[in-house]
Amino acid sequence: MSIIETKKLTRVFNEYAAVNGLDFNIEARETFALLGTNGAGKSTVIKMLTTLLPPTSGEAYIGGFHLVKESEKIRRIIGYVPQMLSVDGSMTAIENLMLFAKLYDIPSKECKPRVMELLDFMGLTADAKKPVRTYSGGMTRKLEIAQSILHRPSVLFLDEPTVGLDPVARKAVWDHIIQLREQYKTTILLTTHLMDEADGLCNRIAFMSHGKLVASGTPQELKDSIHKEGSTLEDVFIHYTADLPPQETASTERSDIHNVSKPTAL
Amino acid sequence: MSNHFIQKTWVIADFEMRKIMHDPTEILLRAVQPTLWLLIFGQVMARMHMMPGGNYLDFMSPGILAQSVLFVSIFYGITIIWEKDLGITHKFLVTPTSHNALVLGKALSAGIRCIPLMIIIYILAALLSVHIIWNPLHIIGVLVLLVLGAILFSTFSLIIACLVKTRERFMGIGQLMTMPLFFASNAIYPINIMPGWLKVLSHINPLTYMIDGMRALMTGAPTGFSLITDYTVLLLSSALMVLIGGALYRRVVL
Repeated sequence: MSIIETKKLTRVFNEYAAVNGLDFNIEARETFALLGTNGAGKSTVIKMLTTLLPPTSGEAYIGGFHLVKESEKIRRIIGYVPQMLSVDGSMTAIENLMLFAKLYDIPSKECKPRVMELLDFMGLTADAKKPVRTYSGGMTRKLEIAQSILHRPSVLFLDEPTVGLDPVARKAVWDHIIQLREQYKTTILLTTHLMDEADGLCNRIAFMSHGKLVASGTPQELKDSIHKEGSTLEDVFIHYTADLPPQETASTERSDIHNVSKPTAL
Repeated sequence: MSNHFIQKTWVIADFEMRKIMHDPTEILLRAVQPTLWLLIFGQVMARMHMMPGGNYLDFMSPGILAQSVLFVSIFYGITIIWEKDLGITHKFLVTPTSHNALVLGKALSAGIRCIPLMIIIYILAALLSVHIIWNPLHIIGVLVLLVLGAILFSTFSLIIACLVKTRERFMGIGQLMTMPLFFASNAIYPINIMPGWLKVLSHINPLTYMIDGMRALMTGAPTGFSLITDYTVLLLSSALMVLIGGALYRRVVL
């Protein structure tokens, strides 16, 4: 059984289907990227799968648990890093981690060792007692990832994990994602706008456009699918998502654009 | 209430307190306003001898204590919106923590935030020779009312934050509510001199009951209702607010 399974997952905002009848499966230990233009519905998918946003219709299962009926059980097996850099700047790294260790019901004896282990894993031990507002973007992101894996989740959701980071910090975050996948055997679902991030980190990629899945496969399969010599993932992205009618070039999230039906490669 | 619920509530409150300890300037700045009310407004009003047979500062000090609790708590929603904008709320909601515990924990921390104000106002009032009852039971009684009031108004504020979702709208509404709540209460003048319509409003304003109880316990003034009524009104209305807040909290991220 797949660790993530969605069946016709749909979310409608004011009559606009931000996510429209999404069907996909993710197997355990996969690293899966969800790509698409701004407003394609990626973040809405993540918000639904992390139990933040109830679906309008359709179903999803994570680790065999029903997304709506067993959301409490799902929350115990998933970790989530939102798009924004979201740690409390007025607290230290240790405090930020301890707070979430306790919210995740980690037995109090185990909290501190686990916090220290993850600070070490992320290379933040030296700065652990500084207020997080003094951290760089890269350090903050690493702290956030540490925060999201305190309870050893089997599925980790990363919403644009390297947005706004410089290339060095980005590389460091990638290395940590790879290490964490090896060490903790976590299944990862991430969204990104960086094609090399998806290409380098993920074994499977899906493209979304106007709330629908328009193509999915391994990076190589996708590159082959557009029948172009030496194609890159960027070409694939443009091929599947850029053929918009002229009025649909606005890049605002949840714009009032209605879905256009188009042939899918699925 | 299960142990688990109490424990989670405490975790949230505990970390909120640590944040205050990291930067106590906020608390000191908050103390400026009640100080001005007592030292300027109170001193001037006391000269008008509008309380036959009583000292106006005695009457006003508990009102100013309640007022500062109201002012601190009613803008608590801005923190909720700020945490939502940062994505912190998203992370809270993804943990297996009951929403009521999240809301109550935050509300409790608003109460704890008001304790330094209580100390400062007691000291100021003593310096102004307000007739204070120093019986520890009375002080604890005032403290309980203060925490309940903070829970009530901060959760009320959280509810509004969950509905309006943006800082701009929230600030507008916050400003809009503070003064009516304050003026339609017995904080700086007694109910019996109010026009009839204001009397009615003040009777449905929980702040009135908070002040009534605080005044009786802090200075020994006769209660307008009864301590039982005061505590019951505050307890029930804050419990109701926490339940509504818990149900609405997740809406802030939608």
